[in-house]
This record gives sequence, structure tokens and C-alpha cells, in this order.
Amino acid sequence: MDVAVIGASMTQFGQRDAWIRELLVEAGEACLADADVSPDGIDHLYVSNMASGEFEGQTGIMNHLAHDLSLMPAYSERVDQTSSSGGAGIYEAWQSIASGASETTLLVGAEKMTHRTTAEATDIIASITHPVEYKHGLTLPSFAGLTARHYLERFDAPRESLAKVAAKNHKNGVDNPKAQFQKEVDVETILESPIVADPLRLYDFCPITDGSAAMLFTTVERAEEIADEYAVVSGVGGATDTHVVHERDDPTVMGGVVDSSDEAYEMAGVGPDDVDVAELHDMFTILEFLQMEGLGFAEQGTAWQHVEEGRTDRDGELPINTSGGLKSKGHPLGASGVAQAVEIYEQLVGGAGPRQVDADVGLACNVGGFGNCVITTIMEAAE
Amino acid sequence: MTMNAGLCPNGHASYPTHPRCPDCGEPQDAGTIDLSKSSAEVVTWTRSTATPPGVREPNTLAIVEFDVSDATDGGDDVVRAIGQVTGDADVETGDEVEPVYAEELRDPEAGIKVPESQEWDGYRFDPVQ
Repeated sequence: MDVAVIGASMTQFGQRDAWIRELLVEAGEACLADADVSPDGIDHLYVSNMASGEFEGQTGIMNHLAHDLSLMPAYSERVDQTSSSGGAGIYEAWQSIASGASETTLLVGAEKMTHRTTAEATDIIASITHPVEYKHGLTLPSFAGLTARHYLERFDAPRESLAKVAAKNHKNGVDNPKAQFQKEVDVETILESPIVADPLRLYDFCPITDGSAAMLFTTVERAEEIADEYAVVSGVGGATDTHVVHERDDPTVMGGVVDSSDEAYEMAGVGPDDVDVAELHDMFTILEFLQMEGLGFAEQGTAWQHVEEGRTDRDGELPINTSGGLKSKGHPLGASGVAQAVEIYEQLVGGAGPRQVDADVGLACNVGGFGNCVITTIMEAAE
Repeated sequence: MTMNAGLCPNGHASYPTHPRCPDCGEPQDAGTIDLSKSSAEVVTWTRSTATPPGVREPNTLAIVEFDVSDATDGGDDVVRAIGQVTGDADVETGDEVEPVYAEELRDPEAGIKVPESQEWDGYRFDPVQ
């Protein structure tokens, strides 16, 4: 069965007083209201979340959300795929509808992080690493530093090109009222910010964020009957790369991006040239280059040129991260993959306001770990 | 403590070892290669200044490459490893380094992991002058 998205929502991202339970309810309620669907119509509930137990001590959050939204006796499940939990939730939601197991599926992703110090949050996230990495104090930002240096040296790319990714995404975020940061940051400020993982600096990294986002899925057939507007999930693919990051043949190739997008393109019957707008997982600026290349938007070692030439700006030939990206919108781990797809949905139904671009085909790439698990989702405007 | 790379019957090597070869899926049972006695070349490095609890700050880290062509019988020529660089040493891509044993790479009690769940000693990389 072909799968449609008939509703979407996201909470304010940033430093929130709300805890994980409240964030989930806020996005879930808003999504049901957006689609005008009542709780008793939900067959499956998926909750994307990486680490509510580790961050907050609250587990069993799918059960909590099902109860608070009165979704009983809907099937409910928490989906953890680290930073790509949101994308994995989309995959599960798609499967539930495509297989006929569910007629209407609610997906809500959320993370509550800002009550922890940066060091504590970094350690919780770094706990995904292999013991031979963790014992040396490897963190996700340090993988980004190692990979960025290799990319810049090998492809003779200027350091400024990474800063331009951050500047572009901050500029896009100015027009997203739900974003954690809504201010422009110029290249000079980025290049003068404190070093976090040499050669990367503070503004090469996304912030620590609280937030939640939600989507409602059903069949295209039913969407035609009940929805004012909808988008079609035409392709979705997921793939896993090595757990130990240094074991990959080429540090600049994200195998999970390549494999998951091959699968999604094939299912959708489209290629990279058909994509009109994309949300990429810019947890670190270097990841935007690596995903552009893995997705086929640029040849290996050339993504930086596309950014330098403005081709990925909002008014460029392929706008990337019109939402502001993880960089300015924020990165509440389990919510991020859902929020990426929410932006694509809004772009496809014409609901993106000042961020609106002309798009019939949109792509979201959600990266877990340092490319350890990746989900690529392709959505298309309803005919 | 050793720094062993695993070897499969098809000559593929990996560090660390795995039950099955990541390249071909065969059991990784064709022996091990002790990397701790060899020097390696720096592929890339970073100096991390935002480190988690129990980790030294700054923490200079490098991905390095060992030449294992003598041990794989025509299989993999190199195997990579990752780890801390000794002290505050300056390191550049292409530098030669050698493994130096350290009893405790970070404070096992300070982080989120249960101390007994993994090892905390290992090898840092020391630039060869």
C-alpha cells in the first residue's frame, strides 16, 4: 500500500522547561489536531528517542504517551537508533502502513537534554562508541574533527567552506520560529569561535536541545478521502555501517548514506537530480559535505564547491536545510529525524511560509552515530 | 594488554578483532597480528577541547595506519587504529608514531559506562623523533 503523511507538527526547539513526557504530548496533540484525526483512530504509535533513561531516568515513554493521548489499545513501541531514531521511526511507520498492519500510525520523536551539562550530554552520546574508542575519550565531535581534517587536506578544500555551511543554515533558521537559534552568524565569527575539535570550532557544531516533532501516516487511498492536504512517502531506506569508525575503507565516504539512499531512490523511482529540496543531518558542518556526496548531489571531494557557489542556498538549485538544519534549529536526538521530514512535508504541501521553495520531491537524510546507522526518506507532493 | 589485529582466512585484517571478518564474513580465526611492536603513520588527527568527565583535556587523538603486509600473506596491506597521542605532543598527518602502553586512558569511574564492562588500559601513540 502506498503511504501518505496527513499531519505534522514540531514543538519549539531549544532550552525547554518541559520534560520528555510533556514534550511528547505537546507534539503528539498538535499533530492529531493538524490532521484533524481523533485518538481512537490510531492503530500504531512509534516513539523515537535515543536515551530518555540515561538523560532523565524515564523509561517506557511510548506507554506514557499512548495513555496521555488516550490511544489505548494501539500497538506502541519506542524506536532507538541513536541520532537516527527519528528516521528509523519513519521507516517503522512506513512499514506499518505499507504492510497493512496499521491503517493510521502516529510517530512522535523527542529528546530532553539541556538539564545535563555539556560534558554529561557528550558522554551519554559518546556511550554509543565501541569500547576501543570510548576508552580513549572519543566523542562524536572528535570524529568530526578527525574527518574534517582529512577531507580538507585530501581535497584541498578551504576551511572557510565549512564555515559557509554553518552561515547558510543559520541564515535559513532566521525564518523558522521553532528553531533554537534565529540569528545570522557570519563566516568571520564562525572562524574565530573557540576550537572544539581542531580544525572545527564551536559554530561547526549543533547545539544541545530539547524538543519534539510528530507525523501522522495513513494509506494514500485514505488520505484522498479524509485529508485536506498530504504528501506521499515514495521511498525509504535504512543501512548500517561499521561500529568502529576507523575501520571504514575511506573516512570521507559514509557507506550508510550511500546504501540507504540507493534503496530509497530505487523505491521512489527517482534519482539525485530529481530532488528539489533536502534536509541533511548537519550535526557537524563536515557531515553536510559527506552526505551531499553520498547522496549523489556532488562528486566525491566537490561538495564544498557547491556550497561556495551558493547552489545549496534557499534560492539555489538545490536548497539544503531550509529549516535551519540541526545547526540552527537544534538537535534533540530522537526528534531530529522526524523534524527533518516535517520540514520536507511543509515544503511539499506549501506550508513553509517564508522558507517556502518550489518543490515536488524532497529528501531527508538522518544520520545516527558518525554514519553508523542512516535512514534516507524521499517524499513527494500529492498529485 | 595487547594491541592485536584479527586476521581471517582470506587475509583481511581489522583492529580491533571481531568474531567475524567485517570484509567477508568468515570467522576471524587465522591468527592475530601484534601491532604494539610496530610503528604507524598518522592518517588524520584532532585536538579535542570539549572532553567528557574523566577524560584529559585537551585530548589529542589520531587515526593511524600500520603496515601489516608481511603478516597477511598477500591480503590487506594496512590496518588502521585510533587512539590518544602521548602528552601534549604536536603531531601532523604523515608523522610516524609508535604505541606506548598506558595503564588508564581515562578515569573509569567518571563516565556513564559501568567500569567493569570494558578495559581502560591501552596504547597511546608517541611521535617518533
